[in-house]
Amino acid sequence: MSDNLTSVKQSKLTVSSNNVDRRGFLSSVSAIAAVTVAPGVALVGFAEARSVDKEPVTDARRWGMLIDSSRCVRGCDACVSACGKENGLASYSRPQTDVQWVRKVTVRDTRTRRITSLPVMCQHCQDPPCVDVCPTGASFRRTDGIVLVDRHICIGCRYCMMACPYKARSFAHESANNQKSHAPRGKGTVEACTFCVHRVDENSDRTPACVEACAAQGHGAMVFGDLNDPNSQLSKDLDKYSSTELRGDMGLNPGVRYRNI
Amino acid sequence: MRKFWLFFVLAVVSTAVSGFVFAGQENALLSGGAVSKWKGDACVEATPVMRREHMDFLLKQRDETMRQGIRNGPYSLKGCIECHAQEDEQGQEIPVNASGQFCQECHQYVAVSIDCFQCHVATSEPRK
Repeated sequence: MSDNLTSVKQSKLTVSSNNVDRRGFLSSVSAIAAVTVAPGVALVGFAEARSVDKEPVTDARRWGMLIDSSRCVRGCDACVSACGKENGLASYSRPQTDVQWVRKVTVRDTRTRRITSLPVMCQHCQDPPCVDVCPTGASFRRTDGIVLVDRHICIGCRYCMMACPYKARSFAHESANNQKSHAPRGKGTVEACTFCVHRVDENSDRTPACVEACAAQGHGAMVFGDLNDPNSQLSKDLDKYSSTELRGDMGLNPGVRYRNI
Repeated sequence: MRKFWLFFVLAVVSTAVSGFVFAGQENALLSGGAVSKWKGDACVEATPVMRREHMDFLLKQRDETMRQGIRNGPYSLKGCIECHAQEDEQGQEIPVNASGQFCQECHQYVAVSIDCFQCHVATSEPRK
């Protein structure tokens, strides 16, 4: 390659500037092309570790979660309070209108009377109905599987809230104050769990606040990771244990799956 | 000849008006505490560029951050606030959209209502 370049250079030097023949011109063009392509080739090799400063997220990753409801403790709301703290969600003790990005749900099998407790948040579907119905394009799915609301263009129509079978989205009824700088939020728009996208973008080894809080409580009921990476803890657990998705009948392919429901 | 005088008068008037507006801007900016005491004394772009194009920078980076996850770019609203938020006598940070503060001073002068701080927090995270 370097030999080729020098020969091109030399041949360029021998050709007088006002008389570049066709062959000399073509070879110099191809040399330039080779030099400009080479860094691109190198980039492909490093694509695994995304530079958060420059490169957009890709579908090489799909973020997901596995929740083991047998390890989820009834009465514990560590995940809910961690979520509120991380994202600056204020509670006004008005359950009808307070925002909830993650809820603790308790279900009872009417035949066996087995009671199960589990957290339910945005399930980050592959085919999210909230995105289908959004009239402004504010509801969108990032290529790495995280479903978000662009609150700059959300008009607060709440169509997505009706479309979501998981009741995962909340409307901000109250004026927000003391927001976190990584989680801007305001009155009149719809919001939901973001999988703590600011954390995940910053460092792909970081987990959402709820997962961290659950682990800190010693319950470890939530595992977060990359569904596309066969070596992630999440993929290994999904291989090993049987799991189910909520409302699997709707074929939404959610990123959040549950065990032992 | 009449046409020449018309153009001449127009040129004189427009120069006078632009000079006046420019002077007004200078006043608005000089008293607004434009220089950060936290991070050097230069903005991410030259002042004339920032004056004209800051909104486009912010808009572009906002979409890239939200939709593509490209973070830590130079033109973040967070970055503006980190540099330009001032403190009062008690050491409490004053929101940048408070009257007379960096963002509000110019926007008030040009009668532009900024919606950023309906959702975004107008002070920086606690500095360490």
